[in-house]
Amino acid sequence: MNAILRSAVVSALMIAGSTTVYANCGISSGRVSIVGNEFPAIQTVAKGAMDCAGEGIEVKSNLTADHQKINVAGLQGNPAEYTSAIIANSSIVALMNEDVIRPLDDLVAKHGADIPKNQLITINGKVMAVAFMANAQHLTYRKDVLAELGIETPKSYEDMLAAAEKIRAAGKSEFPIGGAYKAGWNLAQEFVNMYIGHGGQFYKEGTAEPALNNDSGIAALNMMKELSAYMNPDYLTHDSNATGAEMEAGNVIMMNMWGSRVGKLQDDEGAPAEIASNIEVSGPLMVGDSGTPATTLWWDGWTVAKNISDADAEATFLAMKNGISPGILNDETMGQAVWMIEGYTPAPVNQGVFDSISSGAVAYPMLPYHGLMHTALGNELADFLTGKEDAAKTLADVEAAYATAAKEKGFLN
Amino acid sequence: MPGPLADQTGCMKHKTFFWFILPTSLAMLLFIALPIVSVVMQSMYAPHEQVIVEVESCDIFGCKKSTMVDQDATREIREAEPLGRFVGTEIYTNRNHLATTEIGLAWQQATGFSEFVSALMNLPFYRALAFTLTFTFVVTPLVLILGFMIAVAVNSIPAPLRGPTIFLSLLPMIINTLVGSLILFWMVDARGIVGTLLQTLVGDPNLSMKASTPLTWVMLIVYGVWHAAPFAFVVYYAGLQTVPKDTLESAMMDGASRWEQIRYVIIPHLLPLTTFIALMQLMDNFRVFEPILSFNASAHATSLSYFIYDDLGGETRLLSSAAATSVLTIIGVAILLTPVLIRTWRDFGRK
Amino acid sequence: MNNVSDRRSPVLKLFLWSFLILWLILAAFPFFWTFWGSFKVEGDFFSKADWTWALFGHLTQAETGGAFTGDGYHGAWVQEEFWRAAINTFVVVFFTVAISLTIGTLAGYALSRSTYNYAFWLLILALIFRAMPPITLVSGYLLPFYQWNLWGHLPTAIVVLVAINQPFTLWMLTSFFRNIPKDLDESAMVDGCTHFQAFRHVIIPVMWPGVITTGLFSLLLAYNDFVVTAMILSQDNQTMVPKIASFLGTTQTKGNVMFAVASVVSVTAPLFVLVMFFQRQIVSGLTAGAVKG
Repeated sequence: MNAILRSAVVSALMIAGSTTVYANCGISSGRVSIVGNEFPAIQTVAKGAMDCAGEGIEVKSNLTADHQKINVAGLQGNPAEYTSAIIANSSIVALMNEDVIRPLDDLVAKHGADIPKNQLITINGKVMAVAFMANAQHLTYRKDVLAELGIETPKSYEDMLAAAEKIRAAGKSEFPIGGAYKAGWNLAQEFVNMYIGHGGQFYKEGTAEPALNNDSGIAALNMMKELSAYMNPDYLTHDSNATGAEMEAGNVIMMNMWGSRVGKLQDDEGAPAEIASNIEVSGPLMVGDSGTPATTLWWDGWTVAKNISDADAEATFLAMKNGISPGILNDETMGQAVWMIEGYTPAPVNQGVFDSISSGAVAYPMLPYHGLMHTALGNELADFLTGKEDAAKTLADVEAAYATAAKEKGFLN
Repeated sequence: MPGPLADQTGCMKHKTFFWFILPTSLAMLLFIALPIVSVVMQSMYAPHEQVIVEVESCDIFGCKKSTMVDQDATREIREAEPLGRFVGTEIYTNRNHLATTEIGLAWQQATGFSEFVSALMNLPFYRALAFTLTFTFVVTPLVLILGFMIAVAVNSIPAPLRGPTIFLSLLPMIINTLVGSLILFWMVDARGIVGTLLQTLVGDPNLSMKASTPLTWVMLIVYGVWHAAPFAFVVYYAGLQTVPKDTLESAMMDGASRWEQIRYVIIPHLLPLTTFIALMQLMDNFRVFEPILSFNASAHATSLSYFIYDDLGGETRLLSSAAATSVLTIIGVAILLTPVLIRTWRDFGRK
Repeated sequence: MNNVSDRRSPVLKLFLWSFLILWLILAAFPFFWTFWGSFKVEGDFFSKADWTWALFGHLTQAETGGAFTGDGYHGAWVQEEFWRAAINTFVVVFFTVAISLTIGTLAGYALSRSTYNYAFWLLILALIFRAMPPITLVSGYLLPFYQWNLWGHLPTAIVVLVAINQPFTLWMLTSFFRNIPKDLDESAMVDGCTHFQAFRHVIIPVMWPGVITTGLFSLLLAYNDFVVTAMILSQDNQTMVPKIASFLGTTQTKGNVMFAVASVVSVTAPLFVLVMFFQRQIVSGLTAGAVKG
């Protein structure tokens, strides 16, 4: 494995070495402190921002998988410990709810003329974040198995069920469908996909009132249950790690998978070459007749803290802008994500994410209370899949659990 | 009772006692007592009501209608009452905790006891409590028994072998839980080494420990016993070294069997140790959390501590709810330990 | 008790031995499995296809050309600079244990020698403190720590770990001191020593077994801690366990799980040495302390 990784380190060191001459970020002084998740793409961005460090300019980063547990507290102080938080569309709302990030319009006007308009995340007319990468879940499948059995690439979950039946009947795999159905966040995410695919709305228009105990909700749950019949019996414990491993082992033939993980499935590690070389991506799956794909689109972006001096905010803006400038892209970093940066050339593996974007899929809901809904879904849905309750009762439980939490948070009376 | 004894020579005076105890008390006061106070406060205050406004939000994928919290609308009230709105015990009694209203309803509507129980088990708190209590009351005695048996066994082997044996026996306790349980989780997978072994033993090639609720509980309980047995073993083994030899020998002279020696000499001698282990184990098992998380078992088993983790780990954190569950955990532990504490009080009085 | 064992029936002996061997397999097998597997690639050790791959290294051979590979260790220690985390852990553990024991010994001694009711209630209070789930405590610390610029530093984590472990330390040490006869320090005080002098000259020389045992337990707590160190330390000051967690990846990205496995084996190695070295002390310490409830 390590030839690639090693060369990555070497090239990273070379980049770091070459920038002892301070990158020209246009900062004269200030403090920049970044908090965010720790996956490689974000490390690249943070590294790009840290290249701006220099005389009187302090740039540091704290990248950890626990970032969501600490970022609100770290932005709340005055002055805030962090001047920038790297977040996704699901997690920006926690910062908006606590009112700890600042609108960036004046800084964009002053320094951001060259940031493409579509990267600016605008809420209520104000720029609140700058996105730099995209992600989505889409179909990932074994082209050799499907070709051998003469099955067309599934376009919908209904196709997938039919294909699964054929694969099972042909004795190719007993559990040909994979899915990150681990109870909790993952299971809730699959329901969100499926419910959106059925054209469902989570809330009564313009309010925080839950409204998912309806035909779309029941249809979504039933589809999930039908799919689970073709999944490994342990599916409620399978996260994306386990599903990926199942595919690499040749057990899973089709699954809905994060675009960002497929590259690792296709590489020469973890699976015999005859499996890895046949793993292929395709667009998102449809379900029912709503016309909206059963997937959600995700972006990652950066924000600037509210409780810091304007000078620090300006320094942070410039440093982060450098962190997502075309200059950070090189052979190594190119494959780390679907970058929303000029000069990015997608690899074939990224086609799934681009297909998702172009197929009319919607973004994961960026609503102040949706995190509570997601948690409630994650905790309650397993009861339906294990057969303890019927779909309507499960959805009623979800609504009740959500309503209780939303009431505590003051979103509902 | 301690009163009269206090006048004896050598009993520590208040002032001396104060200085000896000061650093510890200070540490515990600052980092445990104060946070507990703030947690209790937190559990009785909830965030102010939020004003939701409809807005348009645009991202790289396009624009759509959305909502956001209108910060300006509630700024004044938030500044006037920074703690939030006082809700008293509302959080404790809501559906996600004690669910008093829902239980009342279920009691009225249920046609039979079993229907009431199933309604109760549908409420997250009681479902978690059911597993927590089962886990606590199954694991604790098993840990005591297994620890004791290992201690007796180790104590009976030739001395040179004891060192390595003790070391190997301690491994389940000292290996890092995080990755340790990840590896175990893969070992008990239907296609892992332990999973395959179990399938062969049971004769069911489709057996999976992770797919059904009862088997998941068994798996968690076995892990709990495996992980905690070394602690009980070490304490018991040490205790065995102090069993008075003359008592044991005279028992043997009287023709006591091996079992009688254990029953009438060793077990009574180890009783105080049993109390200590039981105390720590009851507390730790009641707070069971890590195995549920690392065995991805939350579809089948949850616990009070898991709730706290869940409340604090979501995209939108439920601080008041987590605080209320924490307070309920403390109360639960206090109730569990009461019998043991009464015993300790009597011991203390005797000194 | 060796002479006792000689008189046991062969059946009982057989039972004891087979029970012990079964237990040792159960206790130690996962560790040896991990040790063996840490020299394989992820596809073998965590194989969903065939568990025997972990034994023979089917994919390890295909990917690295040999049945064993040190890539996990190389990746963790060289590429990810695990040694930095090891140094941080060493600092945290050393000071946590030293401070815990120092203040715990003083308090434990006082609690064991006071017969007033408040000593009992203090112990009970400590027990209630221990019932508090650490995760709640830690999330409560975050805001003030950030506000007062305490967040992220090693000393902060040390103080928090000391405080959180104090109740257990206190209980163990108190029970231990109760078993040191009171006559010892009382006679010293009759000779005109103050309580503190009696403690220093009479108690300190005889307390080591108990202190070392308690120290080993607090060492294990600090060494294996995840909740406190993951949330309170900044990335530069990261200790080993959060570092291992960071190898595991996230929902959307795959991690380097074999780095984590290799690190876990590495992390357990010093404990090997430590327990082997101190096992006599653990036993004699607990014996003397007899940790009475």
